[in-house]
Amino acid sequence: MKRFIAGLAGLASVAIAGPSVAEGYPDRPVSVMVAYSPGGATDFQARIVTMMAADEKYLGQPIVIVNKPGAGGKVGWTAFATNGGTDGYELAAYNIPHFIAQSIKFETKYTIDNLEPIANWGADPAVLVVGKDSPFNTVADLVNFAKENPGKVTVSGAGLFVGHHIAYLQMEKATGVKLAYVPHKGGAPALKSVIGGQVMAGVNNLSDAFRSQDSLKILAIADIERNTEFLPDVPTFKEAGFDVDDSSVNFRGLMVRKGTPQDVIDKLAKAVPEMFKDAKVAKQMKSGGSPLKIMNREEVQAMWKRREDYLKDLLKGL
Amino acid sequence: MEFLYHFGPVFTLSSMAILCAGTIGGLLLGATPGLSPTMAVALLIPFTFHMDPAQGLMLLGAAYTATVAGGAVSAILLKIPGAPANIATALDGYAMARKGEGAKALQLCFIASFIGGVLGVLVLIFLTPVLAQWALSFGPSHLFWIAILGVTIIGSLDSKSVVKGLLAGCVGLWIAMIGYDSIQGVERFIFSEHLEGGVHIIAALIGLFAIPQVIEMLEGGRHKRTFELVSVKPHSVWKSAKITLGFPRALTIGSIVGVIIGLIPGAGGQIAGLVSYDQARRFSPDSEKFGTGHPEGVVAAETANNAMVGPSLVPLLTLSVPGSPTAAVLLGGLLIHGIFPGPNLFEKHGDVAWAFINSLLVGQFLMMIFGLYIAGLAAHVVRIPPAILASGILVLAVFGAYSVQNSQSDVVVMLMLGIGMYFLQQYGFSPAPLVLGVILGPIAESNYVQGRIIAQAGDGMFSYFCLGTMNLVLISLVVLSIVYSVATEIRMRRLDAVGEAAT
Repeated sequence: MKRFIAGLAGLASVAIAGPSVAEGYPDRPVSVMVAYSPGGATDFQARIVTMMAADEKYLGQPIVIVNKPGAGGKVGWTAFATNGGTDGYELAAYNIPHFIAQSIKFETKYTIDNLEPIANWGADPAVLVVGKDSPFNTVADLVNFAKENPGKVTVSGAGLFVGHHIAYLQMEKATGVKLAYVPHKGGAPALKSVIGGQVMAGVNNLSDAFRSQDSLKILAIADIERNTEFLPDVPTFKEAGFDVDDSSVNFRGLMVRKGTPQDVIDKLAKAVPEMFKDAKVAKQMKSGGSPLKIMNREEVQAMWKRREDYLKDLLKGL
Repeated sequence: MEFLYHFGPVFTLSSMAILCAGTIGGLLLGATPGLSPTMAVALLIPFTFHMDPAQGLMLLGAAYTATVAGGAVSAILLKIPGAPANIATALDGYAMARKGEGAKALQLCFIASFIGGVLGVLVLIFLTPVLAQWALSFGPSHLFWIAILGVTIIGSLDSKSVVKGLLAGCVGLWIAMIGYDSIQGVERFIFSEHLEGGVHIIAALIGLFAIPQVIEMLEGGRHKRTFELVSVKPHSVWKSAKITLGFPRALTIGSIVGVIIGLIPGAGGQIAGLVSYDQARRFSPDSEKFGTGHPEGVVAAETANNAMVGPSLVPLLTLSVPGSPTAAVLLGGLLIHGIFPGPNLFEKHGDVAWAFINSLLVGQFLMMIFGLYIAGLAAHVVRIPPAILASGILVLAVFGAYSVQNSQSDVVVMLMLGIGMYFLQQYGFSPAPLVLGVILGPIAESNYVQGRIIAQAGDGMFSYFCLGTMNLVLISLVVLSIVYSVATEIRMRRLDAVGEAAT
């Protein structure tokens, strides 16, 4: 029985450690662990951005997506940081700020110190939305109402310590008003509760809100600059007069475990961003309404560090 | 009637080939324990990358339809529900298979699925504009009461006594609490690293149903037959159709329950089969036959189960809000082809949207045809000697539990729950109420927590949870259901007492 399970596990987790030789690397398929369920935004994008991996220009080997969902990503990332291979055949997808916020709030086995970024493929900023027939037309309307009725404005978002929650906390801090955050099991149910009128407002993904524009009003975007491609008319929070920056932007990319040989990391860091830039990838991402944001390894390292410093400060005392 | 104009592209050679492939593949995937419709659709999406959008969606539509129905195959033949939706099917279906009526049970199940499925898709075609907004008006307080309504049927479900049913339900509710709570992220009952991700419903389902089964088969040893070999009676399809249509009450209850539960986002369409089974039993003159291999039970469960498919897509197609996990996966499939669901979906991408909906309709016919064919062959499974069948089920159970999220922990959890269930069964407990507890616990809990936050920000707990038409309707249903259960239990006790006095 035990042997059978072990065999099965071996078959599925494409790669098992062996001596690493960067020249021949990769000589077999590479796996990418996604800590969310199949069909979710992270899984969906990971499948698109890795579909060209088998091309000789990039890795020359296909990439296989392995889903390990559970507990908002904690299950998958814990397994990756403790049992993942360090030979470059096992990669994982990261979600910022989720995994950094979790590593600060909970005693997780993963932090930015035991993981090595490879490259970033996407950035999905958070937006503030209200229902179509809501009396609020600007962020100021909502804030003024909340000032008169502290704690009465319900705001939905996808769970605690994810991008939406970070944006919400920043909003509370910047406006000085008390709101009521209603965590949901994911972005889609959180958006549903805004459209269905169960809550007064919501923080959600730009891409999802963009698609539901007919039943929503998008008041502001939590980013440094406006999104000219999808929502040119929606102001940033800063433009609306509130000090909320891009700290809640949901970045997605690939990483390996610390301990992976440097030459393998270098090889991946060079090939992967090129793969993300492939015209076919760009076309599929655009048709899915998912903004591309390609960053190389150095840029991601700097971004991780900045995020961690900021989140440590924001989440202090919560 | 616009959909009629769009049947053209569905009936081309290549589209039909895709639909047939999707249906056969879907039936096989659905019949494999652990591969739920949601997973099957997710696995197929990468295949549609390189297809024309309309055909890619036809593949997904056909596969979705077929996996929902395919789950009944393993539920009936092996008592392992392929997905949570098929639990109710296993109750009477497996009893029928043990009597050698496996072919009949499967035929009834596919015909009932077809009737429910077609009705569900017709609701999707004709009533979407009317129902979409209504479906979204269900908030946390309503979902909480719906879950409680589900809890009230736990006691009477497949148990020797209400008390044992309720106890099993409580164990199920407790199992559902293990892991990180999905709203607040708090750790609960994690005493082993295997439990870090909580107990996945599919792993629990497989373990609770399949493992006690395997142990019982192996108990008999290699030569002793605890399970007598039954002869499989072939059964005529026409007769099955007649039998199915002879249960208009079960078909009506199944369709109505399936459509309503399917429409409500977040209610967990998986309970449609159970609720419909329970209602059909309450209204049936043969209610005591339910659970002993009564065809009406199979018909009620499977009609509801497939009637849910069409309505579950209502909020997705017009408001871009996925109402169920499978709908969320399908949304991904639509987006990848640049199709944004929304109020103007049918104007902007009418051809693709209608091709998809029509494929759901045609898929129902194909599902029935291939399903009926499979029924004849598959019914022979019961003739496999118990020792061999047991090892086969064990392999499927391990494979199924592992494949849900590529986790060995799920296999360990599945085996542990199964072994525990084996001992519970010796004391007259049954897995169905336990699994219902596992399904309903999180729905009731997360909606209560969300509702409480909203209520405290608003007018207070009482007015949020207990006032308003929808709340009052649901609360009265809960009360009725409890009164009915208590009344039945008292009547049964009296009958028992009379019986004992007589002897």
